[in-house]
Amino acid sequence: MKKKRFDLATLPERSAKGIDERFHASTPLRRMFNKVFPDHWSFMLGEIALYSFIVLLLTGTFLGLFFDPSMEEVKYDGVYTPLKGIEMSKAYESTLDISFEVRGGLIMRQMHHWAALLFMASIVVHMLRVFFTGAFRKPREANWMIGFLLFWLGFMEGLFGYSIPDDGLSGTGLRVINAITQSIPVIGSWAGFALFGGEFPGTVIIPRFYILHVLIFPAIILGLIAAHMGLLVKQKHTQWPGPGRTNKNVVGVRMFPGFAMKGGGFFMITFAVIAAMGGLFQINPIWLFGPYQASVISSASQPDWYVMFLDGIARLWPAWETRFELFGNGYTIPPIFWAAVVLPGVIVNIGLLYPFLEARFTKDKEQHHLLQRPRDTPVRTGLGMMALAFYLVLFASGGNDVIAQHFDISLNAMTWIGRIALLLAPPAAFWISYRIALGLQQHDREVLAHGVETGIIKRAPDGRFYEVHQPLGPVDDHGHGQLEYEGWVVPKKMNRIGALGPAIRGFFSPLEVEDKEARKGKAKELAGKK
Amino acid sequence: MTSSAEQPRRVPGKLRRRLGAAARMLAALALAGGVYAAIMPASQAEDAPKTLSARAQEGKALYDVSCISCHGTNAEGVKDRGPSLIGVGSAAVEFQVSSGRMPMAAQGAQAERKAVVPLFEDPKKIEALGQYIQEIGGGPQLPGEYGGGDPANGGRLFRVNCAQCHGYTAGGGALSSGKFAPPLDPANSAQLYGAMLTGPQNMPVFGDNQLTVKEKKDIIAYVEYMKNDMDPGGYGLGRIGPATEGIAIFVVGITLLVFTTLWIAGKS
Repeated sequence: MKKKRFDLATLPERSAKGIDERFHASTPLRRMFNKVFPDHWSFMLGEIALYSFIVLLLTGTFLGLFFDPSMEEVKYDGVYTPLKGIEMSKAYESTLDISFEVRGGLIMRQMHHWAALLFMASIVVHMLRVFFTGAFRKPREANWMIGFLLFWLGFMEGLFGYSIPDDGLSGTGLRVINAITQSIPVIGSWAGFALFGGEFPGTVIIPRFYILHVLIFPAIILGLIAAHMGLLVKQKHTQWPGPGRTNKNVVGVRMFPGFAMKGGGFFMITFAVIAAMGGLFQINPIWLFGPYQASVISSASQPDWYVMFLDGIARLWPAWETRFELFGNGYTIPPIFWAAVVLPGVIVNIGLLYPFLEARFTKDKEQHHLLQRPRDTPVRTGLGMMALAFYLVLFASGGNDVIAQHFDISLNAMTWIGRIALLLAPPAAFWISYRIALGLQQHDREVLAHGVETGIIKRAPDGRFYEVHQPLGPVDDHGHGQLEYEGWVVPKKMNRIGALGPAIRGFFSPLEVEDKEARKGKAKELAGKK
Repeated sequence: MTSSAEQPRRVPGKLRRRLGAAARMLAALALAGGVYAAIMPASQAEDAPKTLSARAQEGKALYDVSCISCHGTNAEGVKDRGPSLIGVGSAAVEFQVSSGRMPMAAQGAQAERKAVVPLFEDPKKIEALGQYIQEIGGGPQLPGEYGGGDPANGGRLFRVNCAQCHGYTAGGGALSSGKFAPPLDPANSAQLYGAMLTGPQNMPVFGDNQLTVKEKKDIIAYVEYMKNDMDPGGYGLGRIGPATEGIAIFVVGITLLVFTTLWIAGKS
């Protein structure tokens, strides 16, 4: 029998054909691969969240192999001397074992925690980008809402995550959760008992949070991420205005190979940054906190950064307590209820409904696929900065004792600084950013009208000096430019319009510029061939 | 008392009851006080020795140049400047002076640790000063030996007794109105013991009936362990906790990745 020659070159083609004959995948895949993504650095911020979520799933699975979410009391008999013989829960013991005895356990734990902080941080940064560029406008309101909910789900997921090791700090957090639950008027005590299965701390809270942390919330987050991405593909990505870009097209690179390669590379860099942080920076050293006991508390107890603003409002809120009677029973509304239940409720609702609120106030019912620069929407920019200032004051107040200690400021003064700043900083932020936005806009308009400053000073026969301006386009009888204001970058220096040296310099230069010489060579080659 | 004087005019029975109760209370107090005075004979009211030892004489000389302006003659204290030192013992002197807190640089929320003043650089001089205060007023003394504690038990006690001000990681913490619990890193074993024994600044006293000598040594063993323990997870970010971790994720993580986005987008 004649041996058939194996042709390696045609193997991919043949196998792909074979697959397509069976699954008819080429049409949808081609559609998918040809999907175009516009290209701008700020469009990649959300990807950081996606990639850190993948790292979270991977490291979390590893940790799940060794973590025991049990509140059963045991005597520690591991390698960490200062805890030898101490009574602790199995949850804490197994976390210690992950940190000190499981091979690679500590770096996995630290990567998991850093990835969680990065997940939340990139969600916030991404959300700011979407907000300030108006990417949430019709038709993308639903995706804004999903993204906004993802922040809060991540918030809860993180809270569950750092609660389950049952160390001193996490127990303090559980105590706060218990207090917040109990602060709800009328049903509070019952809700607290239901959550903790009786008196705090009880024996069920850690197994409960564990299941929420490893199964229920990750599943919801995964589902919402899928919906977020699905909607992104369906509704297409927004893009910046600019030459050739309209409300009806998308200009960018194809999904495959261009975008996929970039995305894959970016995933690896994100992974690398998380791994580097996990290896270089110690995070949540639970062995220093000891096992949780209800009688133990530490000064400067903070939650993770994304929860810190809630701690901040709890620290700043005045001690206003209300008592009232209902059906012959006395009830109390403690101050923490306003700070930790009502205020977050207000924040969630305003944030969730912002796209509709803005559309309503601006009477805008159009479809928008082009982004707006922050300077072109001064009110929105002002509102966003206002919210950011509010958040930052609360965030800083969440660590006001740490600031007080390390910067030698009285803690009482820090509380009052926080209270006053919480009222004054947001309006100040609004006004300042509103004025800056208008100023930047005005400068763009001025350049469009009068041209770019050339740096050439002329002296007229009458002795008058003036600077020569280079118009960007045709001018009218008065010498004013006739270009319309488009809400996009206006060149303001001569080198930006091709004079006086290269337009872009340095590390972040496009490949095209670097290849200029090479391309010139190639062009000569071609010319020579002719 | 004054408000109850009006009511009884309307309800005389109540007045009688109250007077009776007051009389019984007075009797009980007198009895308890008398028994106490009988059982606890003058252990604290012992007169200071009339003559000072040579060492204490040396200490008195030091006292008279460095301490007297605030603590007054014979360590009796000066109003609004410095408290009386009668009964604080040599432990308090050795803690305050060896940690540089005394002599104080300025009146403030509390004395801060600083370099020991040149006059007291020789530990013998601090001991002499302590001897002087000890001889004129008595009080707690340092045992001079602090080793052999059990760090695990010390850690347990530290978390219950110390962490609420000094923090789990002994990095210190803010108290109200500019007061603070200092970080324990610079304190040596004798100072740790002295602080527990004498309760300097805003710290409560942990007398031997609250934390036994053995328990104090356990706590010292734990704090010394933490001081010398490396951070197994890498750079410890000051062991401050989520506050610095939150800053790190933005300063390091987000910054690196935003530069990466600029880099990737710049290359297309």
